[in-house]
Amino acid sequence: MNLTLKVWRQKNATDAGAMVTYKADNIIPDMSFLEMLDVVNEDLLLRGEDPIAFDSDCREGICGTCSLVIDGIAHGGQRGTTACQLHMRHFNDGDVITIEPWRAKAFPVLKDLVTDRSSFDRIIQSGGFVSVNTGGTPDANALPISKLDSDESMDAAQCIGCGACVAACKNASAMLFVSAKVSHLALLPQGRAEAETRVLNMVRTMDKEGFGNCTVTGSCEAVCPKEISLDFIAKLNREYGKAVLVNRAERQNAGA
Amino acid sequence: MILTRIFHSSLGKKYIMAITGGAMFLFVVAHLLGNLQIFLGPEAINRYGHFLQSNMEIVWPARIGLLIMIGLHIWSAISLAAENKAARPIAYVNTKTVAASYASRTMMMSGLIIFAFILYHLLHYTVQAPVVNLKHVDFRTLHDPEHRHDVYNMMIIGFSHPAVCAIYLIGMALLCLHLSHGVNSMFQSLGWRKKTYGECLSKAARVIAALIFVGYASIPIAVITRFLVQK
Repeated sequence: MNLTLKVWRQKNATDAGAMVTYKADNIIPDMSFLEMLDVVNEDLLLRGEDPIAFDSDCREGICGTCSLVIDGIAHGGQRGTTACQLHMRHFNDGDVITIEPWRAKAFPVLKDLVTDRSSFDRIIQSGGFVSVNTGGTPDANALPISKLDSDESMDAAQCIGCGACVAACKNASAMLFVSAKVSHLALLPQGRAEAETRVLNMVRTMDKEGFGNCTVTGSCEAVCPKEISLDFIAKLNREYGKAVLVNRAERQNAGA
Repeated sequence: MILTRIFHSSLGKKYIMAITGGAMFLFVVAHLLGNLQIFLGPEAINRYGHFLQSNMEIVWPARIGLLIMIGLHIWSAISLAAENKAARPIAYVNTKTVAASYASRTMMMSGLIIFAFILYHLLHYTVQAPVVNLKHVDFRTLHDPEHRHDVYNMMIIGFSHPAVCAIYLIGMALLCLHLSHGVNSMFQSLGWRKKTYGECLSKAARVIAALIFVGYASIPIAVITRFLVQK
């Protein structure tokens, strides 16, 4: 396969950046999208040019590191797939492919296609801890959890924090990410104890980091490689509303 | 502190959007049911108009309430939209729309046009300024034999100009677009949506929005096609 790539090149965080066109020749259809970029980079290195910087780690779709907007769609448009698991057979010989980084104020570009997603880490940190008693391993089934709840919690826990939801949202909202993180703990009894302070703090951090707001377009759900459902955003809204009304966090601080 | 968490947070402002939008949606339904009485003839709608106008205790709380609702709805919309715009300072070179419906992407546009329509509608039938009805009739002088304000003939004259008719049809089409996304979203924003009935809710929102359009559009169309005539 011979392809034409239009890639966002940006020297560093302060550089203006621009789209640069490259040829990607002799691409094998069974290569992953990232392997294709590796081939292009080898060629650039041989010519003494700066290779295209992009994030990757596990390359098996479970770590959430790869982050490319391919032809205008986060992760390239194959449902439930990260960019590293997208294969070149989904493209046609002669295609012109645009590759851009995630675009959000909260995800500043560091170089080329690499963004700083530490805003997600700060949201997670603000979520705090889960109370777990020390001592021996608890007996199995000592804490009954319905299959439905554990399944739903695991669905939310699948989020790998890649940020595609933010990249795809027209408002660069992180609601799907935050909703998954809030929900997977809120659905289990172990996570209930701190559920209210957790949701209040995570939402406050999300707002502070400069993400946009949810307008329920559903784009996030459509590009999510782990197919996190929009229903979790409703759950986040519900959890936040309850926490505001019950206001236990305030009462705790007041020593009541 | 509760107020700060609502008025100063993204989720809280969406609650305000949803609650005020929901209240205005209920008004839209009630207003439609009231107006459809025009098909029952002058007696029904004039009696209804007289009932509302002669009860200050109903009209003014409703007007003030709606004014607060619309004010909060617009305030939160502008505040949220400004944050959304700031959240992506550098746009994509190439961007494709995935899953997002046309209505969901154009809420601000449809909302602003509906707002302009409401201003026209108020000048037309509430303030009853003769300049905007294009027929140069002073609606305030219309009275039925029982000396009540003649709402029936006011509506017939009001909709008999094609341009006015077109303004109403466009206004209602955009209201339909706005509600097809809004009615569904308000449940989502308030957290009142679950997997079991979520899909049903999105479809119901579109059906309700279409019914509201059909209901409201039926009146100017009935007038312009002379199905309803002055009595």
